[in-house]
Amino acid sequence: MTSSNSDFWKTLGIYLFGKAKKLSLAFKKAPTMKELMMVYYAEAKSASLSGRKVAWITSGGPVEPLIAMDVIPVYPENHGAMIGASKMGGGLCEKAEAMGYSNDLCSYARSDIACATVNGGPIGGLPRPDMLVCCNNICGTVLKWYEIQARYFNVPLFILDTPFCHTGYSEEAARYVRAQIDEYITFIEDACHKKYNFEKLTEAGLLSYEAQKLWQAVLDTAASRPAPMSAFDAFYHLALIVTLRGTKEAVSYYQNLLAVMKDRVARGEGVVPGEKYRLLWDNIPIWHRTRWLSNKFASHNACLVADTYTSAWCGVTKYIDENRFMDSMAEAYTRIYLNIGVDEMAKMVLDMIDKYDVDGFVLHSNRSCKPYSFGQLDIQRIVEAERGIPCLMIESDMTDERSFSEGQISTRIDAFMEIIKERKREA
Amino acid sequence: MEKTDLIKALAQDPHSYLTKIKEQNASKIIGFVCSYAPEEMILAAGAQPVRLLSATENPHRADLHFQSYGCSLARSILDAALASRLDYLDSVVFPHTCDTIQRLSDIWRINLPQTFFADVVLPVKLTSSSARRYLMDVLEKFRGDLEAKLGTTISDAKLQDAIRLYNAIRRNLNRLNELRRMHPGLISGRGYSDWVTAAMQMERVAYLALLEAFVADMEQAATGHPASSAKKLVLAGGGCTTPDIYGAIEEAGGVVVDDDLCMGTRYYEALADESLAPLESLADRLIKRPVCPAKHAGLTRRADDLIARVRRSGADGVIFILLKFCDPHAFDYPYMKEMLDRENIPSLLVEMESDGQAGGQLQTRLETYMEII
Repeated sequence: MTSSNSDFWKTLGIYLFGKAKKLSLAFKKAPTMKELMMVYYAEAKSASLSGRKVAWITSGGPVEPLIAMDVIPVYPENHGAMIGASKMGGGLCEKAEAMGYSNDLCSYARSDIACATVNGGPIGGLPRPDMLVCCNNICGTVLKWYEIQARYFNVPLFILDTPFCHTGYSEEAARYVRAQIDEYITFIEDACHKKYNFEKLTEAGLLSYEAQKLWQAVLDTAASRPAPMSAFDAFYHLALIVTLRGTKEAVSYYQNLLAVMKDRVARGEGVVPGEKYRLLWDNIPIWHRTRWLSNKFASHNACLVADTYTSAWCGVTKYIDENRFMDSMAEAYTRIYLNIGVDEMAKMVLDMIDKYDVDGFVLHSNRSCKPYSFGQLDIQRIVEAERGIPCLMIESDMTDERSFSEGQISTRIDAFMEIIKERKREA
Repeated sequence: MEKTDLIKALAQDPHSYLTKIKEQNASKIIGFVCSYAPEEMILAAGAQPVRLLSATENPHRADLHFQSYGCSLARSILDAALASRLDYLDSVVFPHTCDTIQRLSDIWRINLPQTFFADVVLPVKLTSSSARRYLMDVLEKFRGDLEAKLGTTISDAKLQDAIRLYNAIRRNLNRLNELRRMHPGLISGRGYSDWVTAAMQMERVAYLALLEAFVADMEQAATGHPASSAKKLVLAGGGCTTPDIYGAIEEAGGVVVDDDLCMGTRYYEALADESLAPLESLADRLIKRPVCPAKHAGLTRRADDLIARVRRSGADGVIFILLKFCDPHAFDYPYMKEMLDRENIPSLLVEMESDGQAGGQLQTRLETYMEII
């Protein structure tokens, strides 16, 4: 084993074990996540030895067609989250800035671009890609980011262009995206030098659909009082629905997790002791401060019972026909949360406020993510007008820990919680 | 020169001109926010297309909708609309551009519901046949939307006429660019910029007549124009609005001879192929025109084009102007600089707000750069 491999195992182990211990609280099944992720990253890192291909893919991209061809999908955004959680984002972002990238750019992109050149970060860098798959349903940033990596690694890039759905899904967009699914299949065939296996795609599609429904069921358990899990737990358990969607492992993991949550609900066991206040979170987590934020809210007996971020990986099951997966995936991947208009997003937020019966809304104004953050001020205004609950907007960055002002945010959370407490007393 | 003064006044204060047009009820006025807007279609519908530009005012009304890390262009346009300074607009068209403009469209639709509104969700990828087909579908849909809104019919013949008019304007702007390449300093940077800005504001037939006359004047003036000793520069980057950097460049001993700007060659350089059917012609031009970094036309297309531009003009260097918080351009800058470095083409980066403010150090930096190249 080379020293960098040894570093990889060490850091991965520390990272995952640490995360499991800190965030999964008392879940007995937590090591399963650790084992799955260990195996996943070990397989990805050793892909060149096993003769398997590695594809880097955006978090909202269709992974099932890759799984069906035994290609290992690797997620730079998931890696960005790990970098953020390891508090290594600031250093890598600085490195990117020295390479000429503005510090106003997405910190996932900045840290990944820098990491690729030095094999740094918590797992010693991602395995080299054989191909890149970029779906712009989450942002325009991924297009630029993947162009940069395609030039750097000199590997083929497939762009799945999903037209933005300001007010609905147009017929012309449907035709365009469906045509690109066929182009995607051809791209994978060319990159793998073998005929496409449509039978396996059907299988991966069914598994993906099942995992998404299970993930939704897991998140739904937080509608119970007290909530058996919080958004901070969802941030942790999310890893599999992002990375291994379409596999049996993801399905069985979420089956077990759902059983654990249901058991906790049955026993009336809440994740926040003495839960009194329930909150909804918006935007990507502040990965470098999840623990601090979790404790901060818990100190007020407040639980973040739901969030708009982790639910994005199960929010489009209504568009999926599991028996016609290849056809229906075009619509499902185009209509995800970040590829729709602000008014439709606001409607979904209102639905979540009702479903989870929340007392307040916390919005992370994320300097790194413009499509997620622009429109938040209007969503906040709509929520205040329609539901009359207090809202708090905190400005930070998901990965770059230099953009976090602890004193200021702490004071604002205290003030926000006082308003909520006052409202509850009046009620 | 009367026409130059007129163009200057119009470029620097389009609001007064457009308000007058509105008062005269000469035609419907349709605003657009990006140079990928299919203007020919708007013109063929009998309306006047007008590009929405930044104003210099403090956009405090936009603060209620956009965080501080939104670009000043989007914030400024929204602010003008919220302050009723764009009341002469009959409608607004949002071509799909970047993440910020995409959300500007949503915010506009929610907060200014009285305006007719069209999203033209163009493809981001321009390299495939399916994207080309989709682009034509989107243009056809836009045609239907405009017809319904304006109660008119946009026939192929009307579209052909609009394409011919736009091509005539583009040919003349290309000639103007050629003249400044061949005779550096013949046209001031600001003067050139005013002509390009006016091309997106003024009634197009009248504009073409003025432009043709101006180009003829410049052809004449070129014969006796003395050779320039100023450093020849290509301006590249974002801004998406009139960059007020020309004065500082000229004062520092430089002269702009070509550009890769949205308010420059990216807007006018490519002509539509008049031998194609009109919709196909429009789609074809949008695909082959100098590309905006928010779109994909290959991995090194922008840098390749920029290097070719520097070679063709014999420029001494490149100045990149980046609008703060403009992600697509900021992502492209490092690779473009690296490719220029490999070709031994010196470059300078200037980050600025859309109102032209680039900080007090700009003059010193420009002067130092001119000495180096």
